[in-house]
Amino acid sequence: MATTPTRKVARRVFAREFNDATYTFKESDDDRAPLYVLLPTGERANRIFVVGTLTETEDVGQDSEYWQGRIVGPNGGTFFTYAGQYQPDAASMLRELEPPEYVALVGKPRTYETDEGDINVSVRPESITAVDEAVRNRWVVETAERTLERIEAFENGSSEYIQMAKSEYDSPIETYREQAIEALESLDSQPEATAD
Amino acid sequence: MTETDLRTHAEDIYEQFSDQLDISVEEITERLETLVNEYKVPTSEARRSVINTYLDEAGMDRDDIMGGGNEQKVISDVDRAEEWIDLQAKVVDLWEARSDAVAQVGLLGDETGTIKFTKWSKSDLPKLEEGKVYALRNIVTDEYQGRYSVKLNRTTTIEELDEEIEVGDDEVEITGALVDIQSGSGLIKRCPEEDCTHVLQNGRCPEHGEPDGDGEFDLRIKGVIDDGTQVHEVIFNRDMTESLTGITLEQAQEMAMDALDTSVVAEEMHDRVLGRYYTVTGPTLGRYVLANEVEEPGMPDHEAVLIKARSM
Repeated sequence: MATTPTRKVARRVFAREFNDATYTFKESDDDRAPLYVLLPTGERANRIFVVGTLTETEDVGQDSEYWQGRIVGPNGGTFFTYAGQYQPDAASMLRELEPPEYVALVGKPRTYETDEGDINVSVRPESITAVDEAVRNRWVVETAERTLERIEAFENGSSEYIQMAKSEYDSPIETYREQAIEALESLDSQPEATAD
Repeated sequence: MTETDLRTHAEDIYEQFSDQLDISVEEITERLETLVNEYKVPTSEARRSVINTYLDEAGMDRDDIMGGGNEQKVISDVDRAEEWIDLQAKVVDLWEARSDAVAQVGLLGDETGTIKFTKWSKSDLPKLEEGKVYALRNIVTDEYQGRYSVKLNRTTTIEELDEEIEVGDDEVEITGALVDIQSGSGLIKRCPEEDCTHVLQNGRCPEHGEPDGDGEFDLRIKGVIDDGTQVHEVIFNRDMTESLTGITLEQAQEMAMDALDTSVVAEEMHDRVLGRYYTVTGPTLGRYVLANEVEEPGMPDHEAVLIKARSM
């Protein structure tokens, strides 16, 4: 069957798992080959879709504008996103939005190493839009479902990426199940869900 | 073409001739391999050639094996390229052939869906008429970018049938987040030439160049719906775009006029719909789903997911 380069799916992942996804890789030597982060639950992610509470925005650029946004999930994890001159639409959204606000973010995972040698994982935005609480709640349920599916596959299967996750990471997979439960429970306790 | 594919062809041929001739699947596979691997003959031609050899040996006519040889398929079953099949289908649509090599091109339909067909000029076959139902025997499946089609060829027989087929529209329903709006969305202009639906890019039509007269304004969104496991490209026509975004064509034209720029419309649409969840229903065409209905999905049952999570 002919294969054509197709758009990569946007994975659903909670911030705490995403921030643990410090291992990146490419599947070919081509410069333009897609870059993946390896999720600890054994899946590769070239793109993610996130809905959460934008709690803070800050221009952290030195010579030119470089906006940082913090997007907080239902179980306390935080996504960091950065938009500069090459992401003008996302940068102007971060400039204009007034936190706190529910936002939807589509973007690519990126990692960088700090001076201390830690690896930080962030999102390079393709788009940021303001959304309502219903969208955010739906995302929480969907992300819990997708996370549980990955955990099930991790426990019962042995795909290439599961093998890779087993050798690259050592945090127990149980953590991510607990986080999914915590996120789902927050929908009961917080009808007026606010940022954790 | 892999060994296993050739072997499948060989098994098909074996079944056709095993009553008449003392042959083996291995022997047929070998003949096919020689033609395909050594002489670089396309598989379909290799198959033809091998079948002809056996027809001669058995003193049979091609007609003797026709119909009996192929699998009678329904359109939704077509899931492999280079398969010889028979179909009973209605000509749903005839398109303009873009090349002299093509006599007719269009869409066939049966109860299970629709599929593109191509009829080559050199095959010298009778003309198919729109709306009529035919038994098509000995047609070959093809695949391009994940989408299947069938080709009518010299060996194809066409029999008009006196029946009606209720064509299924292979409709799909997808729910997911709208994660991207592609270029060519928003307020667009279409070529004013009759029967041309091309979108003008910088005032130019890919077919008619710079058309006489102004293009016609239209609204469209080419979007991507993603559910976290699969992506679907979806086209929202004017009606769907209006109901999705709440922006009518008239309003869009006003917005563009005020800003002296049509791109403000797409930007406003981004803000209104990107990152939201939608359930879209509609038929598929090529790699696109054509939205016929759009609605916002209700809240999923988080209690059920919670029960599952706790029981794992």
